[in-house]
This record gives sequence, C-alpha cells and structure tokens, in this order.
Amino acid sequence: MEAKVVTITSGKGGVGKTTTTANLGVSLARLGKKVVVIDADIGLRNLDVVMGLENRIVYDLVDVIEGRSKLRQAMIKHKQFPDLYLIPAAQTRDKTAVSPNDMIALCRKLKEEFDFVLVDSPAGIERGFRNAIAPSDEVLIVTNPEVSAVRDADRIIGLIEAENKGPARLILNRVKIDMVKKGDMLSPDDITDILAVGIIGIVPEDENVIPASNSGVPVTLNENSRAGVAFRNIARRLNGETVEFMTLENTGGLFQRIARLFAGGQSE
Amino acid sequence: MTGFFDRMLGRGKESSANKAKERLQFVLVHDRINLPPERLKEMKQEILAVISKYVKVSDEEVDIALEQRDRNNNTLIAEIPFSESLKTDLDESDMQDESGAANAMMLDLDDDDAVDEIVKHHDDDDSSAMDDD
Repeated sequence: MEAKVVTITSGKGGVGKTTTTANLGVSLARLGKKVVVIDADIGLRNLDVVMGLENRIVYDLVDVIEGRSKLRQAMIKHKQFPDLYLIPAAQTRDKTAVSPNDMIALCRKLKEEFDFVLVDSPAGIERGFRNAIAPSDEVLIVTNPEVSAVRDADRIIGLIEAENKGPARLILNRVKIDMVKKGDMLSPDDITDILAVGIIGIVPEDENVIPASNSGVPVTLNENSRAGVAFRNIARRLNGETVEFMTLENTGGLFQRIARLFAGGQSE
Repeated sequence: MTGFFDRMLGRGKESSANKAKERLQFVLVHDRINLPPERLKEMKQEILAVISKYVKVSDEEVDIALEQRDRNNNTLIAEIPFSESLKTDLDESDMQDESGAANAMMLDLDDDDAVDEIVKHHDDDDSSAMDDD
C-alpha cells in the first residue's frame, strides 16, 4: 500500500482531534504500520502530552522547517512502539511560521519512510487548517453529536471539497448511546443524513478517555475501553480493511429496524 | 405510522434530537449557499413583484421554496397560483370565466432537472425544503 497523509480536522475545537490522532497513531502502529504523527497546532502544542512524550522534546516542527534541526532530530520515538514517531508543534511561535508548501515538502519526505503520516490540525479554518490539509491524501473530520460541532463540520466539508481534497470522512466522537435512544442526542444516521458524507467511525463516550490522557497512554491501549475498540476499528478501516460498525444497532437495533420497516424503509 | 413507532422509540417529532436535526438542516442550507434567510426573503419578494406586474397573484397561496439535495445542487421551486393576467386593455368581465385556481406558474430555476421530480421532492416532508414565507 502506498504511503498516505491523513489529516484529522474538525472546525470546532474540543471535539477530540488530538485524542483521535494519538489513538489512530497508536492503533496503526499496533497493526505493524510505520507511523509518524505531526502536531500542526503551532503555539498550542498538545499531542505530545496526550501521547506521553512531552519530556523528550528537544526540537519541533518549526525548527525543522527553519533549518535549525534535521528532520530526524525532531522525531520523537514512542516508548512502546518503535515504529511510531511524533513531530511536536512549536510552543512559542504561531501558525505563520509554517506555510502549506512547507507541509507538503515535509510530508513528501516522510512518505518515503512511513506508511502513514497523521496530521493533527488546529481548530478553525485559517492558516493552521490550511497548513494541515495542504499535504493530505485523505481528510478525517472529527465531530460530536451537537449542533455547533455538526455545523462547523459542514463548513469544513465544503472547504475540503473546494480544495479538491475530498471526499472527507467523518469520525463521530463522544456518542452517548442512551441519550440517542431517548431522542436527546443526534444519532449517527441523523448526522450522516445532514452532512451527506461517509462515516469512518463512531466513538462512544467513554470514561476511560480522560484517565488515559491524564497518564499519557492513549485509551486504545486499554483493552476494555469501548472508545479504544472504536479507534482500533477506524485504524483498520484506514488501513483498507472492511470492519463492521459497532453501532446502536447492537443494542436497540432490532426494534429500530422493525420500526423502519413499518415506516416504509425510511429512517426517522 | 412513523409517528407511532417514533413515539415508542421516544423519538417523536418533539424530541430534542429531531429539533436539532431540523434546525441544522435549515441553517446549513443557508450556510452552504451563503444566502441568509433574510436575503432569500428579499429575493422571493422581488420575484413576486415582477410576476405581479403581469398576473394577479394572491400572496397567501404563493410557495417559493429552496431545496438542496446536496451541497452543490440547489433548486428554487416556486408555485405561484394566479387568477388572471393584468392586461389593462382587456375587459375585466371577459376574463372572469377563464380565471380560477387551475392556473399555476411553475418556475424551475434549476438548470438540469425535470419538473415532476422536483415536485415529488417538494411534497416530501422529510426533504430539506425551506419554506419560510
């Protein structure tokens, strides 16, 4: 399989881009892939702490781009997976320190050596976002089942189409299954309906996620975590496997399907 | 039928999830075409003003809706019933016989679609047709 640059973006902040990037990085490495994750959020470095690599940073993305360090020197090897590396963001600079062309050149180099280059995009639709999507072969949009996050996701989908980077695929994060069943939360079907976009993963709300980031060990390494399983499934799909979705259907599904049948095959 | 099962699933029209879906569909139609609801309203009024120069339109029955099947596929569908033309030199009483609600102007501003397909969509409650006159 050809090397791939995958950008993880969202529009809205706080929906789980960094958590997703860290978990996909680890999951792909567990599948035996060579992976590098890039924190493209210049000035708001975070991927390092989520992955537990914050103590090893010497050089960063901007150092590489401005020629103060070799690419190798800025790549931090993961403690547990020797084929997983992080290129951290600069903390004291801003997004103008990097250009879309810098990112394209950097990722082109990385693709020679790695199977997957994951780019963790900053929130927003400005320079940082442009930098993050410029090198991408595939864009994943993280969103939550909330009106504000879905609206922003729609805006991002439009921008990605305009840049000819589409079709993007959706990761629906922090789904509370009980609330969806009660009609208090948008369902995955509602959201794919509204956004008219393909979905690559549905990640349930999971109380294991915060303790995992507290200790810098991505939740997907916790075998009992439902979110962890969801992230592993997304990684396998990215890797070209067909993996069935663990959806609401597994629990309340039969009834819903019957309801649909009576409603003439329409979803509600 | 749908309503019954929706209620059993706790997902009636009144559920907040449905409310969210409807609100999102409305706001996204306008976001995508970069035409806020107020501007659309203005446009409709202008269209009506032009048509009213030629035929007698009763405002209450006018239906101009914006429909979006996907991001780049927008259709403006107008159903504008009118009773008679406003040709000033014609005798009013002559026109009365031919008048009636049977006259309707279908305005299809989309460049490639068949009218009946659009009308079908238009009748569908679940479509994202915006109807805010």
